[in-house]
Amino acid sequence: MRVVAAMSGGVDSAVAAARAVEAGHEVTGVHLALSRNPASYRSGARGCCTIEDSNDARRAADVIGIPFYVWDLSERFHEDVVEDFMDEYAAGRTPNPCLRCNEKIKFAAVLDRALALGFDAVATGHYAQLRTGADGLVEMHRAVDHGKDQSYVLGVLDQQQLRHSLFPLGDTDKPSVRREAEARGLLVADKPDSHDICFVADGDNAGWLREKLGDRAPNHGGDIVDSTTGETVGSHSGTYGFTIGQRRGLRLGVPAADGKPRFVLDIEPVTGTVTVGPRERLAVDHVSGIRPRWCGTVPERVEGTVQLRAHGAEHRAVVTVSGDDVEIDLLEPAEGIAPGQAAVIYDGTRVVGSATIAATRPVAARTEVTA
Amino acid sequence: MTQPLVYLDHAATTPMLPAAVEAMTRQLGGVGNASSLHASGRGARRVVEESRETIAGMIGARPGDVVFTSGGTESDNLALKGIFWARRAQDPRRTRILSTAIEHHAVLDPLHWLAESDGADVELLPVSSEGVLDLEALRESVTRDPGSVALVSVMWANNEVGSLQPIAEVVALAAEHGIPAHTDAVQALGQVPVDFAASGVDALTFTGHKVGGPYGVGALVVRRDLAVSALVHGGGQERDIRSGTLDVPAIAGLAAAVEESVKTQEEHAVRVAALRDDLVRRVVEVVPDAHLHGAPAGPLRLPGNAHLGFPGCEGDSLLMLLDARGIECSTGSACSAGVPQPSHVLLAMGCDDDQARHSLRFSLGHTTTPADVDRLVEAIGPVVERARAARAR
Repeated sequence: MRVVAAMSGGVDSAVAAARAVEAGHEVTGVHLALSRNPASYRSGARGCCTIEDSNDARRAADVIGIPFYVWDLSERFHEDVVEDFMDEYAAGRTPNPCLRCNEKIKFAAVLDRALALGFDAVATGHYAQLRTGADGLVEMHRAVDHGKDQSYVLGVLDQQQLRHSLFPLGDTDKPSVRREAEARGLLVADKPDSHDICFVADGDNAGWLREKLGDRAPNHGGDIVDSTTGETVGSHSGTYGFTIGQRRGLRLGVPAADGKPRFVLDIEPVTGTVTVGPRERLAVDHVSGIRPRWCGTVPERVEGTVQLRAHGAEHRAVVTVSGDDVEIDLLEPAEGIAPGQAAVIYDGTRVVGSATIAATRPVAARTEVTA
Repeated sequence: MTQPLVYLDHAATTPMLPAAVEAMTRQLGGVGNASSLHASGRGARRVVEESRETIAGMIGARPGDVVFTSGGTESDNLALKGIFWARRAQDPRRTRILSTAIEHHAVLDPLHWLAESDGADVELLPVSSEGVLDLEALRESVTRDPGSVALVSVMWANNEVGSLQPIAEVVALAAEHGIPAHTDAVQALGQVPVDFAASGVDALTFTGHKVGGPYGVGALVVRRDLAVSALVHGGGQERDIRSGTLDVPAIAGLAAAVEESVKTQEEHAVRVAALRDDLVRRVVEVVPDAHLHGAPAGPLRLPGNAHLGFPGCEGDSLLMLLDARGIECSTGSACSAGVPQPSHVLLAMGCDDDQARHSLRFSLGHTTTPADVDRLVEAIGPVVERARAARAR
């Protein structure tokens, strides 16, 4: 096959590209220029040219011996990922931009362009496994290395996208990938893993949002209210700085009566109110999802598991699907479930599909919390 | 069997001429710092000075005008900063630098820097839709307040669209008011007649690797009596305005390349222009809505430049598809990280973002053959079709 290897400049995508070559594919390395962030781009008269990452990717392509190009997707990325990220936080939800990027950029804009240019597939360094099922459909499964498994952020891919994807690292654990990079002479072998959101340079989400949202923010401050007493226990400088289940950085002036820590239970962007309360109130036993994406056949009912945030635990659940509406009954309660995150549905190790969390129902209150 | 590469990017860099390789390699095994006083040093100095004389003879300058540098970017920086600083030191009112919107980044970026960090008032004058400086705009700008102009810098020929600039008129206008004129002639030397003295410019940039010489060496040709502040301080090797041990082998290679490319310029231009005209005609036959940007083929355009727009395509898709078929060209001037940006030259010529992104530059040179043109003409149809399909998504 003719394959585009998306090369971020990191160790995983470099090894993935090398493995695609070894598998006999005709591989072209492509680095995606996504960010307009001045910290990661050369500033000055031109405002172009990524620094280190693009150079690392280019160097890795040289070592592997494949052609290399930079594709500028910064406009699409800004519209589809960055703007969405801001809108979601402004609305009091907690988006996952990596999922969004996979859905809209890597396996949409890039894949479409690659197919049109005569390529057959896009290979990435994601940790997930693809296999063909008995029905002939391509199935996506969790990676062998459960600690590194990235099937959660790929849960938005449909059958068409999966058919044109390659994840060469799904059968390997991370330490082996690093050793392989070293053995292949790839200098990125010891490059640290990336964790932060790529376009928020220093990991300061709230600060970044404050600056970028500006007048678009629903508020730049409000009260923090205790759910048990109804009392105002602090103030904040913007609801977009919070996520459901958050405990740190609340800076509450009034200690809780029971002396226990309090967590964010609800975010109300219109009134600017952030509600906090005891940990027990975080528990939910039902999740409603919208905007479902299915990897294969659309199911009516799944008895399996769901993962409700990146690197989160699996919860046993019964999922009922009716059109665009996905209702998830959790067999045991889950905590800190934020609207905006994805609920990825699994049958064993197989990804069935995903939905965006729209609402949750607390165990105790039996009332809907919507954001 | 894989076919040989079709190299149509001579404006980025052109293969070294055999005479230059020979002259350079002859020096590589030797020893001698051209500033040393012993026999080896004198030997090295002799190579440098003979090279300087050869170059001066070829470009209508006196040997003392030739200041060796590391290439075009350094020469442009030295000219712009060095002349600006010296002129402003003579008269603090001289804060203006007049240039064009289509200069190479080696001129534009130093000008931005001078404006942002050193109080220069930079005016980038507009160009016509053919990429030629608007002389009236320059005249208006100069005469508005001639006493405040430190220098004028206008490229001899544009690197992207190949348009020649009205250097004689620029010089005449500047000279009326005693303003020094610099020109970046990196693309012009060896392609069109370039005579330093006859042109009347006060400073001229050229570089080795665009004329069949080595990388990393070039010169600023600058009148001896023009004050220029130093940019690189040290041993003061080159007239005290440029320090650094001279690269004797590279300078020998540079001189050989300048000599041959200037001597053969006329026949080279005729041969390459004919190939270029053939290329443009046949590409347009295959892709009827492809069109030439810049001045029409003729005396106002570099002979080896074919800058073509392909509506409905992304330039970088075209480039990648041609590259996969062994045909090498450019989407404009090379950018270090390879991120395609709409060309500032095309934008200045009045193209919109889209037009600026759907273009390719083919630049022909001394190794280009009719077979190269055939290969491109053969490939361009399917490549454009595919790039259009990719764009339509």
